[in-house]
Amino acid sequence: MANKNVKESLQVKLEKNIFGMYLFMALSLSLAGIVEIVPLFTNPEAVKDEVIAADGSIKSLLWLRSEGQALSDWKYGDGVRPLTALELAGRDIYQREGCYLCHSQMIRPFRDEKERYGHFSLAVESKYDHPFQWGSKRTGPDLARVGGKYSDEWHILHLRHPQAVVPESVMPKYRFLESALVDGETIATHMSGLSKVGVSYTQADIAQAPASVEGKNEMDAMVAYLQSLGNMIKFEDGVTYRE
Amino acid sequence: MNLTEKYNLGVVKWFTIMASVYLVVGTLLGVYIASELAFPFLNDLGTDLPYFQFGRLRPLHTNAVIFAFGGSALMASAFYIVQRTNQTSLWSNKMAWFTFWSWNIVIVLAVITLPLGLTQSKEYAELEWPIDILMTLSWATYLYNFIMTIHIRDRNKVPHVYVANWFFLGMMVMVTYLHVVNNLSIPVSAFKSYSIFSGVQDAMIQWWWGHNAVGFFLTAGFLGIMYYFVPKQAQRPIYSYRLSVIHFWALMFGYVWLGAHHLQYTALPDWAGSLGATISLAMIIPSWGGALNGILTLSGTWDRLREDYILRFLIMSLAFYAMSTFEGPVMAAKTVNALSHYTDWTIGHVHSGALGWNIMVAAGAMYHMIEKIYNVKMSQKLLGIHFWVHTIGTVVYIVAMWVSGIMQGLMWRAYDEYGTLAYTFAESVSAMHPYYVMRAAGGALVLIGAIIMLINIVTTIRRSGAGQTANA
Repeated sequence: MANKNVKESLQVKLEKNIFGMYLFMALSLSLAGIVEIVPLFTNPEAVKDEVIAADGSIKSLLWLRSEGQALSDWKYGDGVRPLTALELAGRDIYQREGCYLCHSQMIRPFRDEKERYGHFSLAVESKYDHPFQWGSKRTGPDLARVGGKYSDEWHILHLRHPQAVVPESVMPKYRFLESALVDGETIATHMSGLSKVGVSYTQADIAQAPASVEGKNEMDAMVAYLQSLGNMIKFEDGVTYRE
Repeated sequence: MNLTEKYNLGVVKWFTIMASVYLVVGTLLGVYIASELAFPFLNDLGTDLPYFQFGRLRPLHTNAVIFAFGGSALMASAFYIVQRTNQTSLWSNKMAWFTFWSWNIVIVLAVITLPLGLTQSKEYAELEWPIDILMTLSWATYLYNFIMTIHIRDRNKVPHVYVANWFFLGMMVMVTYLHVVNNLSIPVSAFKSYSIFSGVQDAMIQWWWGHNAVGFFLTAGFLGIMYYFVPKQAQRPIYSYRLSVIHFWALMFGYVWLGAHHLQYTALPDWAGSLGATISLAMIIPSWGGALNGILTLSGTWDRLREDYILRFLIMSLAFYAMSTFEGPVMAAKTVNALSHYTDWTIGHVHSGALGWNIMVAAGAMYHMIEKIYNVKMSQKLLGIHFWVHTIGTVVYIVAMWVSGIMQGLMWRAYDEYGTLAYTFAESVSAMHPYYVMRAAGGALVLIGAIIMLINIVTTIRRSGAGQTANA
């Protein structure tokens, strides 16, 4: 045994007591997560959903839906809304096919990205994205604002055979989407699941879902999702969207 | 005294063997998807079938190398080290076998579900919720068995717990946090769920997980391997005890902050990204301290590198560790990140860690364990070939990705004399072709190395005549 008169350092004590070391580790390891993550939930600025419009009034970036309005009543410029049933079916396919592995959905505030892809992305634009689809790699271009950039017909040709439209492309072919129908009941279940974690679907939205995707195939769903990307907010000059 | 009588080494053997099998599978998938980017027709295996397309196979590649190969290597070495350094057999051999079987079932389920497109679409956390639960159970038994084995040691013989064990335990605790929080989701069917988090919060949690899967699973755990096997193979004590204490606590406190550097210039609040970047820069100090601690353990015995290939694997891995932990902070700096983010440079960085550091240090440890457990020498010739094929493959891979990544970043932001964007996106894609071919070739060398390793391990076990005890 060591000389009892020599005071043991904390490190030495921990080396002898594995449960003590476990506790110190558990504490030390939890700090960063708490500091970096918790404020994103508690500080509303992290997902800013209001801006001061050019005329000085406060404008919501979220779609303020009135009682009885259906998802189809949304108009361009109304603000961020949940995806329609067909668009959500498309998003499920986007996840399933791993599109996020090659396409980002997050435009950074640089001049070249603005010219190539459009206005920089806002946090509120992915408020309903469970999980987020920002991506980490651009083997293909960013898709955050691809909605409305090409026609539906272009997207169908491109998804069927990317190289027929863009010869340099290394994207796989997605012809098989045309031979699978979207299942309405499944989408309704998915919408009801999402409504439990904060996506503002109403009972009516969920009830109408099966009818609204009747007869649509996965290609239609995919194109609908792509066309929904990035044009929910109408960006105006002279408005500060981010400090 | 015979090691196999004193310790529970059956589970160590099988995790080691499975790790070398999964390394072949994981690198094979990697070479295939790398080839798809160079030659897109490979996506069309069996016309109109999605199962072999890049988007389906890429998650299988990452899961196979990280969790199947990396996980098996970590479990083999943790169960070996904890017994050797605490001079006791496992607290529960049965529980260790539960860990083995449950972990392998997770891997089999991954092989089935990922090509079918059943995915949470969160990078390195693609596996759906039922598999996540099984994974949590498997991991919890691994942690519990490990800490209890340390607890039951004879305190008169082993008063202090050796440093390698701290690193393993830190990894086990952190990975539990990360896996549980990042996978919180609402199931909507047996194999479909949605993350309970969305947008910016989900992004931060995902990269808190994503970077620490690298920082703990692939760094802290593998440093545990390093702290045991480098001194053992060199037959020298670790260079500096103090340095290992600093290295350890700096990692336990500091590494966890880095995830935010994946989200610089995104919709994440600036303070978070900057905080992540600042601590990333500071992390170079403990990382290099640790690398030097390992390398300098060879002081006075450098000549052993000339004939000991296992030692070469271990020391070369530390050189790559030092290089990647220099590259990482550089890429986390905001001005560099503005260029490197979204490009192949990131892929190159990950692979300099994965191929250069993880595979090499694990290979050194696996070869060492097989020699010890079976009391037999590996084929030195095959060790030598593996070492060189793997090293050259890794360098070819990394160089290809450096060139393509930096080129992409520069092409995307280039302007011509009229002030308009100089290149279309498609032009940047076609410019990558030669480097994608080169990357696939580098990966193929790594795959050949992995096959040589598997052959060497299997033939060595057979030659030892102890094949029959492998079931012990």
